[in-house]
Amino acid sequence: MSWTPEEMMTVTAARALSSRDVCFVGIGLPSAACNLARLTHAPGITLIYESGVLGTTPDVLPLSIGDGELCETALTTVPVPEMFRYWLQGGRITVGFLSAAEVDKYANLNTTVIGPYARPKVRLPGSGGAPEIATCCGEVFLVLKQSRRSFVEKVGFVTSFGHGTGGDHRRRLGVTTLGPTRVITDLAVMRPDPETKELTVASLHPGVTRDAVREATGWDLRFAPEVTETPAPSDEELEVLRDLHRRTAAAHGGKR
Amino acid sequence: MAEITTLTEAIRATVRDGDVVAIEGFTHLIPFAAGHEVIRQGRRGLTLVRMTPDLLYDQMIGMGCARKLIFSWGGNPGVGSLYRLRDAVENGWPQPLEIEEHSHAAMACAYDAGAAGLPFAVLRGYLGAELREVNPNIRDVTCPFTGEVLAAVPALRPDVTVIHAQRADRQGNVLIEGIVGIQKEAALAARRSVVTVEEIVEDLGPRSPNAVVLPHWTIGYVVVAPGGARPSYTHGYYQRDNAAYKAWDKISRERASFTAWMAEHVLGQEARP
Repeated sequence: MSWTPEEMMTVTAARALSSRDVCFVGIGLPSAACNLARLTHAPGITLIYESGVLGTTPDVLPLSIGDGELCETALTTVPVPEMFRYWLQGGRITVGFLSAAEVDKYANLNTTVIGPYARPKVRLPGSGGAPEIATCCGEVFLVLKQSRRSFVEKVGFVTSFGHGTGGDHRRRLGVTTLGPTRVITDLAVMRPDPETKELTVASLHPGVTRDAVREATGWDLRFAPEVTETPAPSDEELEVLRDLHRRTAAAHGGKR
Repeated sequence: MAEITTLTEAIRATVRDGDVVAIEGFTHLIPFAAGHEVIRQGRRGLTLVRMTPDLLYDQMIGMGCARKLIFSWGGNPGVGSLYRLRDAVENGWPQPLEIEEHSHAAMACAYDAGAAGLPFAVLRGYLGAELREVNPNIRDVTCPFTGEVLAAVPALRPDVTVIHAQRADRQGNVLIEGIVGIQKEAALAARRSVVTVEEIVEDLGPRSPNAVVLPHWTIGYVVVAPGGARPSYTHGYYQRDNAAYKAWDKISRERASFTAWMAEHVLGQEARP
């Protein structure tokens, strides 16, 4: 079965999760990946959305973080202050799964502005839950499409802290969690270098060359000593993902 | 004591020019009918407060109701930008909009502190985050027991909070179910409050002993507004109109199409009931 780069990205992102994870899910690409994991190899995963739903098992992907489907299929739903205090700050979440408009060499995220804060060229939606997801979850996975616009040397605004200026910057701020440990794109999987924390290509998706991923990156991209090929999606993963998107499109197309 | 009245009366009695107004709802139970009434009554100079300003605040900002926005995520969920919010911030149309920007965790804690009558909220937040540099209301506080430096933000104490809920009984006790969001905290933090409901019933009906209920003596006004959360949704009554959220992307993109839509769908309508 052939696949699109976006399917490759979503399947690879899903494979990063396991049944043991308690995952704080961002909307959009993370939500598709997390639910694909739940519907394939990680049926035991606990999915949490910031609207307060714990252990949700939606049949279709939500358009927002608070769609009724999420609440109806959840183990329980808690108030928003409780979500952020007991569950997120309380250290109950193993993985935060995020996306962003911009990510930089040290996996810092920008979802706030392009251009100066006071006079933005583009005003983006803002933080949402991300600044605390980035520091309170055991580790953070990022999923986003790769381009020179989205992968920049240094983000214009640090909405959510990744590895700061690299090295032990997290530790120096008193942050004890791992932060971004992998970045999954439509071209490759990157991981922070163990010492410098600079994002480094760990695997290339089938058919993607080093030049192609360099071309889509806004800094002089490094490669791990041994770059592997990301395993291709299986037929089962693709079928489950396409079914999920089909059900979702049908549900969101008209009034439900 | 909650007074059961009409939407027009409740908004007239509570929302004044220059007020700090929280019209809350976390995707679910967004009080569109009430917000539209604020627009029709021509309120100006409001400081709008909401964790997730979405279409309703986009509409209020585009109609010139607001001079300031306190928020933590301003987008059309799953769709994209709020173009009226962006036009106000990027181009000052229809007037400049001051923003005070937080993270969700901080705003949730700030409402909680407001409901608790505390002056500020504390959280282990904003670590390494640049919002600290642009929002002077994000400060440090040192734990007197451990010496840990934590983030502090002022409590939110709106002049008025407006929320939507499933139903009230004839005394004005209000039941909220589903994604309960931040509404209880926002209502209890406010000086004045309005709750719109799908229906008023003799008895709130079967519910968990731990159901979220706002007693009538905590609420200013209760208003029957069936469908008052559309195109958002009311758990147990109707579902989210995701198609309408997607359609807003096109309507709101240009000033002219926005203004025409508002004239037809909001200004030209009577408050229900």
